[in-house]
Amino acid sequence: MNPTNYLYISVLLFTIGAIGVVVRRNAIVVFMCIELMLNAANLSFVTFARINGNLDGQVVAFFTMVVAACEVVVGLAIIVTIYRSRRSASVDDASLLRR
Amino acid sequence: MLVNNGLVYLIALPLFGAAVLLLAGRRSNRWGHLLATALSGMSFVLSAVQFYQMLGRSPENRAVTQKLFSWISVGSFKVDAGLLVDQLSICFVLLITGVGTLIHIYSIAYMDHDKDRRRFFAYLNLFIAAMLLLVMGDSYLNLYVGWEGVGLASYLLIGFWNQKPTYATASKKAFIANRVGDMGLSFAIMIAFATMGTVSFSGVKAAVEGTSQGALTAIGIMLLLAATGKSAQFPLQAWLGDAMAGPTPVSALIHAATMVTAGVYLITRSNFIFDAAPTAQLLVVIVGAITLLFGAIIGTAKDDIKKALAASTMSQIGYMVLASGLGPVGYAFAIMHLLTHGFFKAGMFLGAGSVMHGTGDEVNMRKFGGIRHFMPITFATFGVGYLAILGVPPFAGFYSKDKIIETAFYAGGVKGILIGSAALFGAAITAFYMSRVMILTFAGTPRYDINHPPHESSFLMLLPMGILAIGSLTSGFLLSRGDSLVHWLAPLFEAHEGHGEEILQPVVISLMALAVVILGAAFAWFKYGRGPVADTAPTEVSVFTRIARRDLLQDDFNESVFMRPGQALTRLLIKTDDVVVDGAVRGVAAAALGSGSSLRSTQTGFVRSYAALIVIGAIALVAAIWAVTL
Repeated sequence: MNPTNYLYISVLLFTIGAIGVVVRRNAIVVFMCIELMLNAANLSFVTFARINGNLDGQVVAFFTMVVAACEVVVGLAIIVTIYRSRRSASVDDASLLRR
Repeated sequence: MLVNNGLVYLIALPLFGAAVLLLAGRRSNRWGHLLATALSGMSFVLSAVQFYQMLGRSPENRAVTQKLFSWISVGSFKVDAGLLVDQLSICFVLLITGVGTLIHIYSIAYMDHDKDRRRFFAYLNLFIAAMLLLVMGDSYLNLYVGWEGVGLASYLLIGFWNQKPTYATASKKAFIANRVGDMGLSFAIMIAFATMGTVSFSGVKAAVEGTSQGALTAIGIMLLLAATGKSAQFPLQAWLGDAMAGPTPVSALIHAATMVTAGVYLITRSNFIFDAAPTAQLLVVIVGAITLLFGAIIGTAKDDIKKALAASTMSQIGYMVLASGLGPVGYAFAIMHLLTHGFFKAGMFLGAGSVMHGTGDEVNMRKFGGIRHFMPITFATFGVGYLAILGVPPFAGFYSKDKIIETAFYAGGVKGILIGSAALFGAAITAFYMSRVMILTFAGTPRYDINHPPHESSFLMLLPMGILAIGSLTSGFLLSRGDSLVHWLAPLFEAHEGHGEEILQPVVISLMALAVVILGAAFAWFKYGRGPVADTAPTEVSVFTRIARRDLLQDDFNESVFMRPGQALTRLLIKTDDVVVDGAVRGVAAAALGSGSSLRSTQTGFVRSYAALIVIGAIALVAAIWAVTL
């Protein structure tokens, strides 16, 4: 199968993730959309590794996964704390840094 | 040159007194005036000792110096703070400490009722110290320190009763007029340093030989400007009349006997410059001649006894400046008139103070009249001063003023006749206005409230007046006997051969002077002595009288030529500062603020809008790269 198709899927996933981050208010959903974008990037890395016939892209994909895992730990903790204090997980409510 | 390390105590004693009285504050109220008087007296004793030692030495070795410390040492420029007492300085030192001590004694009684008497004595001591530094400095820079010091003391004492706004204004006026003169002195010092590389008297004297005529003339004119400021000479004379706002002892000491004569000292001290710069010297003569008439004319129209005396001071200093502008032949006579004037004018001012004291601080002569019956001693001492200033032989003024008139006539050619006539005419006007003061105050019928007759002053006030009266009687004779002062001062000045051409016999000039004096006095009697005098100044008077009453329009002139345009310039500068300088500063701030507040609207605080901006930015970046690589 033509590896280019994986790139199309990657682009599709990234676009869905980006649109999700911009249009959704729920912090958990926004978070999931970010994961979606990260995994879209992973998919492209792996695809490019396949196309070029070396392992560089796959190695980077592993790094991305590690970073994503760390990010989930910190990010979820923040979201839970915000929810506890504000009784809401909407990102639009947490706009106190405006002024 | 002899060195004497005791000279500094002359200055240090009164300076110490001023410091103690000012720092100790109210604690020294009870004994402050006694300490100040004692210190001033000690200073006088020290200077008398100096004078006595000086008499015992040969004329070439009379000058004494003391180096205090190295003041400024920058490259080739080196100024020591040093003192110099020579034949010229000692005249001033004796006058300052002598008359100063007498006026301290007088002030103990005169200022008795003033709750600020201690502060007054502190300022008096400060003045004595500064004035001594002025005449004892051995360089123009040291002189300058004293010059500024007496300006400060004068300012503080004129405005001593500064709770009255007009008095505070008078002190400011005096200070500002003096500043203009001080500027001249600082310019003279700068020119001297730039062209000669030295500012000490001896250094400048030695360097005159190799200096260009232009530089010497410039220094001379600048020194003359300084002298006109300090000595209330034309064109900076306007402050002296208002300076009478100060307590009367101050008027006697500072604005008659000592400080205002500092200009004459400066010109005489700089004789080597003026002798080498004929243009500047001629200007000195012109300034002196103008001022002696100017002051005399103002004196004829004043009803305020102190202002009449102030105008007379201005006029008499005009005589001194005139004499000091006549070259080596005139310097000694300028100093002689300065010394005799120090006695008789200080005596008359103290007399005026005594009259004011006895009549409840009245200064308007039209409210006096017949006071001689109540204040015989004041009348007697004032009368001696009056005869002295008129130049009636054998009183002091006869010897000094006649010599000046004589020397002026002998200056040669048309110039001699012009300035000689001016001096002679001045003597006539002097006789008129002084007789007017005398008649209005002491003669005639009383014009004051008869229920409160004036009373004679206390012994402490009469004693200095008496001593000054004796000085007014004898000083002229003593100083001119065998030309003693001329010989005493001769080593300082360039040698000269006798007089210029004698266009008239000295006796003839003396007789002429006496004749015009009698004429002036007779005219005053004719006008004021025969009948009753109005107790308010008549308003239906000629335009000349009106101008004279307005001080010959000196204030109007200054106001229209300097003050109004000065204010306009200031307003313009303020506006420029407001619009241009502040405008630029405020504009930068407003630009930063405006751009900040418009950019701030992009900071919504919504995470999603930031994310959208990042996405748009990324897309734009990709698009740009794509567009470039295509």
